[in-house]
Amino acid sequence: MKPPVFEYHRPASLTEAVDMLGGLENARLLAGGQSLMPMLAMRFAFPDHLIDLNRIPALAGIAEDGGTLRVGAMTRQRDLLDHPVVRARLPMLAEALEQVGHRQTRNRGTVGGSLCHLDPAAELVAVATALDAELEIAGPRGARTLPMAAFPLGFMTPALEPDELLTGLRFALPALPQGACFTEFARRHGDYAIVSAAAILWPRDGRIGRASITLGGVGPVPVRLEAAEAALAGQRADAESFAAAAACCGALDPMDDAQVPAWYRRRLAATLVRRALTTAWERADVR
Amino acid sequence: MSAAGEKDYQASPSPRLAPGAGRVVGQRVTRLEDAPLVRGDGMFAADVSFPRQLAMRVVRSPIAHGRLLSIDTAAARALPGVHAVWTAADVADIPPIPFRATKVRGLEPYCQPILAAGRVRYAGEPLAVVFADDAYLAEDAADLVVPDIEELPPVLDATAEPAEFLPGHSTEPTVVRKEYGDVAAAFRDAHAIVELALSVGRHSGVPLETRGAIARYDASRDLLELHGAAKKQHWNRDEIARLLGRPPAGVHLFEGHVGGGFGVRGELYPEDLLVCLAALRLRRPVKWIEDRREHMVATNHSRQQHHRIRAAVDGQGRLLAIDDVFFHDQGGYVRTHGARVVDLAAGMLPGPYRLPAYRVAGHFRLTNKTPAATYRAPGRFETTFVRERVMDAIAARLGLDRVEVRRRNLVTPAEMPHARPLDTLGTAVVLDSGDYPGLLDTALDRFGWTALQADLARRRGAGECVGAGIGFFVEKSGLGPSDGVRIAVDKTGGVELISGAASVGQGVETVLAQICAEALGIDYRRVRVVRGRTDRIEFGNGAHASRVTVMSGSATYRAALAVRAMALETAAGLLQAAASELSIVDGHVVRLADPGAPLMPLGEVARHMGPDSALMVGRTPGLSAERWFHSAHMTYPYGVHLAVVRIDRGTGEVRVERYLVANDIGRAINPMLVEGQLAGGFVQGLGGALFEEFRYDETGQPLSTTFADYLIPTLAEVPPLDLIVSEQAPSPLNPLGVKGAGEGGTNGVGAAIASAVDDALRRPGAVVSLPILPRTVHALLRT
Amino acid sequence: MHDVTLCLNGDVHRIRVEARRTLLDAIREDCGATGTHAGCEHGVCGACTVLLDGEPVRSCLMFAVQADGRELRTVEGLAKDGVLHKLQQSFIDHHALQCGYCTPGFLMLAAGLIEADPDLSDAALIDGLSANLCRCTGYANIVAAVRAVLGRAPS
Ligand SMILES: Cc1cc2nc3c(=O)[nH]c(=O)nc-3n(C[C@@H](O)[C@H](O)[C@H](O)COP(=O)(O)OP(=O)(O)OC[C@H]3O[C@@H](n4cnc5c(N)ncnc54)[C@H](O)[C@@H]3O)c2cc1C
Ligand code: FES
Ligand code: FES
Repeated sequence: MKPPVFEYHRPASLTEAVDMLGGLENARLLAGGQSLMPMLAMRFAFPDHLIDLNRIPALAGIAEDGGTLRVGAMTRQRDLLDHPVVRARLPMLAEALEQVGHRQTRNRGTVGGSLCHLDPAAELVAVATALDAELEIAGPRGARTLPMAAFPLGFMTPALEPDELLTGLRFALPALPQGACFTEFARRHGDYAIVSAAAILWPRDGRIGRASITLGGVGPVPVRLEAAEAALAGQRADAESFAAAAACCGALDPMDDAQVPAWYRRRLAATLVRRALTTAWERADVR
Repeated sequence: MSAAGEKDYQASPSPRLAPGAGRVVGQRVTRLEDAPLVRGDGMFAADVSFPRQLAMRVVRSPIAHGRLLSIDTAAARALPGVHAVWTAADVADIPPIPFRATKVRGLEPYCQPILAAGRVRYAGEPLAVVFADDAYLAEDAADLVVPDIEELPPVLDATAEPAEFLPGHSTEPTVVRKEYGDVAAAFRDAHAIVELALSVGRHSGVPLETRGAIARYDASRDLLELHGAAKKQHWNRDEIARLLGRPPAGVHLFEGHVGGGFGVRGELYPEDLLVCLAALRLRRPVKWIEDRREHMVATNHSRQQHHRIRAAVDGQGRLLAIDDVFFHDQGGYVRTHGARVVDLAAGMLPGPYRLPAYRVAGHFRLTNKTPAATYRAPGRFETTFVRERVMDAIAARLGLDRVEVRRRNLVTPAEMPHARPLDTLGTAVVLDSGDYPGLLDTALDRFGWTALQADLARRRGAGECVGAGIGFFVEKSGLGPSDGVRIAVDKTGGVELISGAASVGQGVETVLAQICAEALGIDYRRVRVVRGRTDRIEFGNGAHASRVTVMSGSATYRAALAVRAMALETAAGLLQAAASELSIVDGHVVRLADPGAPLMPLGEVARHMGPDSALMVGRTPGLSAERWFHSAHMTYPYGVHLAVVRIDRGTGEVRVERYLVANDIGRAINPMLVEGQLAGGFVQGLGGALFEEFRYDETGQPLSTTFADYLIPTLAEVPPLDLIVSEQAPSPLNPLGVKGAGEGGTNGVGAAIASAVDDALRRPGAVVSLPILPRTVHALLRT
Repeated sequence: MHDVTLCLNGDVHRIRVEARRTLLDAIREDCGATGTHAGCEHGVCGACTVLLDGEPVRSCLMFAVQADGRELRTVEGLAKDGVLHKLQQSFIDHHALQCGYCTPGFLMLAAGLIEADPDLSDAALIDGLSANLCRCTGYANIVAAVRAVLGRAPS
């Protein structure tokens, strides 16, 4: 399990990185390496060039900027998890990050790497979708932004041109009182989720004003449970409403394999949706 | 019963070690092994390197079953830094790997050649080997080797009707049958018959260190050395010598530190022979370190069996007969263990219960999967699950309490020793000693079983899905026939203990040192234990089958007593005293009457026994002795596992809330190490019960080839564990009274957790297979 | 080939390696510090855990070139002047190792965890130690050993 031969590049700036990415044949970006290194060790990936983003200071960092939190793509998962603004204002993001691998992998693994790797079960992918993050992308044709919902094109396929890279993302810091919960089912502590659910509830007059429900691990890309979101709006926040919302999972058409058959994914989704909604409501500031 | 070992020690002057805690035996002393290991000074296989060494890389079959038409090695050979590439044609003179254990006629055609010839029989089978300057390059070259394989349909189901596995050879080379009593009559007259179909999944030891083998040939001494060996050095040495056509004395094996054995490590595998052959041919040291993905398809799998079992009982739930037919999924070859697991399963299935009649047929079946062999509690983890499922089924059928059914059937102390007209591993099954009902009561009491039932009922009432389970087991340990130990005291009072045993990380050195120190009257830290190497002692039976403490421990005790007697005799002469008035305390000769006053250090006595000493003229010098221990019978530890589980109704996940293992091992030389064995064994059992499985797709592709797919429990999955190390029933078969402690922690886990899951689901018999997967439980919750 | 300077347990190692050489292999083969072990080489077992600038990371999931100029600590650096680190002594006292293969990884993980937070809660400790696999001990003694160093009685 030794990685294959490649040429190693260590750009010192974003411009240099973009130039390399555009100029080198069969090049791959190396972020935290927590997904790419195993793929290299197993020889699932054969890049001719690796462009190491780890020494571009501008790519890492967390900054609160008005109503948004800007996170550089190369920010370590650990740093985001420990950030006071995340803890205070985006607790669901922290809740998700706590379940991404382990201390050692979060010390290296980056926020951008997780999003670009785009594993269907990745917690960050699901929670960035739930939080409607806005992605910043750079390439030879300049910079652009993209809503997270438009980022996953298919199974592990981000909406990036081969010569583009993710530079950062922005989370809107919630203004209205809301309750949120991220929950997942994994076989072991620290494993990728089999299915995960992120729920946000905005209370209004003691009832549910608006709901957002996102599922990870169900399809190749995160799924918004729109039917349930619509059904919950204006409802009383009780077990019955949440069960009805969870029942919407019956209509999902999840991935199906021998280990996790579609029917089981559907039932996991229903369970997790019900639990996420219940907890989100408990956390909501209903006053 | 006339066990050879019993006679041997009774005839000798060595008494039995007195019961109760000794000065150092029975104490929780820290391990001699630990200091280098915590410092990073260990010497595991990958840590062994020699100048000019080459790296070996194995090219493995990508498919499960096919005709191997050709292998193109040209591109690999052309890569700079590659020294050789071999296929079967290059090693045609090397015979396939032989059996060590449980040789059954008819298995020979199924032995594994060191490189596949003509056919490939499992994904992962070695097809070719590459030798290159380093491991990175060797892997590059291996990727360039292109086999041409014509795919054939794979055989993946061991329960299917026997068919042709190879031209002229069946998928079923043998059926292991055992029988006693009138089974037919018992079923005819039975009050009730329970019938179950039960499966145990494919899983295995999966130690944290993968295998490794480093061979070097020293032409100056015409000596071939193999490093990275484990478990069975002497047998492996002899076989390697034979297969390579060398005298055994010209081959030496060295065991360094071993990162876990669990049954799978240290067997003779193709790679061991390949590195040896390469070192001889290429005249350079050759190093092979298995990588984790290789390990998952190359190192022995285990456990996969399907049982169709029937039990006949009377109106009180007493067993009248058991009739079991089982199918053992062996994989593509028969390795060193021959039919051992099938034989053990058949021989040990009756466990702790009085069973008037028994019939078993173990169908040994080849499939296109990785070959299987032993893993901690082989044949017992499987059959304890099966037997205890039967006991639960009997309870359910007759409306009896699960514990009560067991109590009615347990062999009582009055029936000990309990001989069954049954054999396993070539020895008669004689349960040597034990108080099964007594230990059951102790365990239930400690677990608070009665109060627990009420608590569980209350929790169920509150909507929780919780249950408790039980599994009773009988282990076997101390497989003979013999082991020898040599003990020598040097001039400084240091002691060297040379044993033919091996260590796979379980604390052998400390245990032998404790026994030696106890008998000799010295500090155990003064004992240097030499094990796992063939150049220091000419015989050895290694470490397996929980035999080391029993066999090598008993030999150590005898050798140490002999050294002690010699020392006292010599000291008596020097001190002008009678030997019977003297003793050894803290490494000094003392008078029994005044043990606090050291008279002469043991090293001084040794000096007087040196070759230059006038005292030794005409005698063999040295304060040293070699003693052997022989045993014709195994000794049978036993115990109870108790579990509480909680099921998450929403996901089907089973969480073990708490667990207890009670195990009688006769005598604990070091209770701390025994507890360590039980705790570690338990977590491995937990893996097999809930998490671990080698899965295959319908084409025979292995699906569990990484640590992300093969789920070894982490700390977070492990419940609080309570342990009872019982010494109620010292074994009469050895001077220490010990029974092996290596496997009891694993043995009953599948059984107890299955029982608890049934209880939580309130559906007796719901669990029919291991591992118990969340989706299976979830489906059960809905039906 | 790349010239890389690794600062390993305070010693400077100037090595020349291929870009693809993992930090794990460089530490073991090029620096000769074989106390750090490979259990899987794909990031799951934690046997290869080392401290990179004080934080635990998996050395099989980094290239040696990436550690150029950074400070590394491995199990060999725990004992000072021949005296065992308190974690090492506690592992011995609590029988927290059997085969010892996972031990260096657990020691470095634990060292990283308690250096970062000497008041680590039990829950955080269990969460942290769940990162590494041990196939021998059943974990309880490892937890006990680390808790003792944190000054807590056995649970
Ligand atoms: C034991 C273990 C457990 C894990 N458990 C989880 C888990 O539970 N949940 C989870 O989500 N993940 C888990 N992971 C993976 C997670 O740790 C990785 O951090 C993450 O998936 C990838 O991030 P990275 O920074 O390591 O990226 P890398 O591995 O370096 O890169 C991943 C991919 O993204 C590309 N890429 C990286 N950065 C950019 C960028 N800025 N622009 C464009 N492309 C880019 C790379 O080229 C590569 O293809 C686990 C990993 C391990 C080893
Ligand atoms: S060897 Fe690095 S995590 Fe297993
Ligand atoms: S002590 Fe053997 S793997 Fe942990």
